[in-house]
Amino acid sequence: MTWTPDQPIVSLKKVHKSFGTLEVLKGVSIDVMKGEVICIIGPSGSGKSTLIRCINALNDIQAGSITVEGQEVHDPDLDMLELRKKVGMVFQQYNLFPHKTALENVMMAPLKVLKQNKAEVEERARALMKKVRLDGKEDSFPGELSGGQQQRVAIARSLAMNPDVMLFDEVTAALDPETVKEVLVTIKDLAAEGMTCILVTHEMGFAREVADHIYFTDRGVIVEHGPPATFFDEASDPRTQEFLGQIL
Amino acid sequence: MEEFFREMAADYPRWNFIWMYDDRQQGKVLAGLWMTIELSILCLIFSVIIGLVGAWMQGAKSRVTRAIVQGYIQFFRNTPPLVQLLFFYFALGQFTPVVTGDDGWTVEPIISNVGWAVISLSFFAGAFNVEIFRAGIEAVPNSTLEASESLGFSRLQTYIYVVLPLAFRVCLPSLNNNLVNLVKTTTQAYAIAVPELLYHSVSIWNDYPSAQYPTMLMLFVTYILLVGILVFGMNRWERNMKIPGYGT
Repeated sequence: MTWTPDQPIVSLKKVHKSFGTLEVLKGVSIDVMKGEVICIIGPSGSGKSTLIRCINALNDIQAGSITVEGQEVHDPDLDMLELRKKVGMVFQQYNLFPHKTALENVMMAPLKVLKQNKAEVEERARALMKKVRLDGKEDSFPGELSGGQQQRVAIARSLAMNPDVMLFDEVTAALDPETVKEVLVTIKDLAAEGMTCILVTHEMGFAREVADHIYFTDRGVIVEHGPPATFFDEASDPRTQEFLGQIL
Repeated sequence: MEEFFREMAADYPRWNFIWMYDDRQQGKVLAGLWMTIELSILCLIFSVIIGLVGAWMQGAKSRVTRAIVQGYIQFFRNTPPLVQLLFFYFALGQFTPVVTGDDGWTVEPIISNVGWAVISLSFFAGAFNVEIFRAGIEAVPNSTLEASESLGFSRLQTYIYVVLPLAFRVCLPSLNNNLVNLVKTTTQAYAIAVPELLYHSVSIWNDYPSAQYPTMLMLFVTYILLVGILVFGMNRWERNMKIPGYGT
């Protein structure tokens, strides 16, 4: 089956995931169209992070199906590199390579994995550093940067692989309040350019502003979903109401 | 200079620095020193290689492989190096093939006593190095590996570009310690008549009891200098490898 842009770029169908006897995802289905921004919210332990990690096969699944551009992610014959080129991921703890400078972090995967020409990669990496508003910090090591700066390097590092979909796993949860904004602005820019983004977040204001669609998960199922306007104002399920009541 | 030590030996019979004025004895000291340096360098190199390979094998999926490495470590770490040297040379040495000399009737084992010393001491220090490297590898956070995985790095690429550079920095101080011990342990090769510094020193003071104190003094000073040079080099290396802002 070949994928066409009018079909969902990421599609989860009745996904089940367990860690041992603990069932974390109990039949989750989500469709994401190209260029859409999706926010997944919900209480801790509701399976949000697990869900997003399954999309680029960092976690395996027990049942159901996940496809990216029509390709089954959990097919044992899948060329993992093909998937990783399509899907970029940014983590809560940035996870930069501490022994490489910011610029080297951005350049490393295109150089070593895609074996691209060094001069071209460097040019692109410098442009990306500029895009995340970190020009001038190219030669700093991660340990010399603030959390917000590190996180933006991590975003640039993912973008260097030219992904079609970006996954953000609670990327502002470990940041100081004043640096949260700079990271959110970067993500907003990306969304405005038409990048497909799937975010797990606790930033409700941001979700309301940027998301095309919001999913609320609790105890491994999607309780409710909808566009931000209706979701935040007309949530019908008591669990959603309770959650929103606690944080809004 | 020579005259000074000659007179000193005449005036104070216990302080005969014979190798300062007797060319034959001086030759022994220099030959011994050279053998000690050679032995140390060879054992350093081989023990580090054994350590790297062993640590890599310990991460293998196969239980048998891991058990073999574990058995090796337990044997070499828990038995005295002197006993190991004697065992290698006298027990294993009997089973190695021999080659006939040019004269047609003398036979020489293909592995000489020096060869056995290198093998035995390298395996001894290598056992410690395996554990040292393993500790370094385990110190690399799993999340960093996940980041590299999601950028498309294969397991081997992750190992080469991320795990080893980080692990190496973590284990340099303990590696330093072990290599210092190795240099000092080379003196035990004396027991299988490897003509290193201690061997020649003993032979000098057996011939000239008046040279015993000076030669012992020379041994202490020489090992302090040798180990000092090694530690100096390792510390410089450690400083050069230091990552700005990392681990502080």
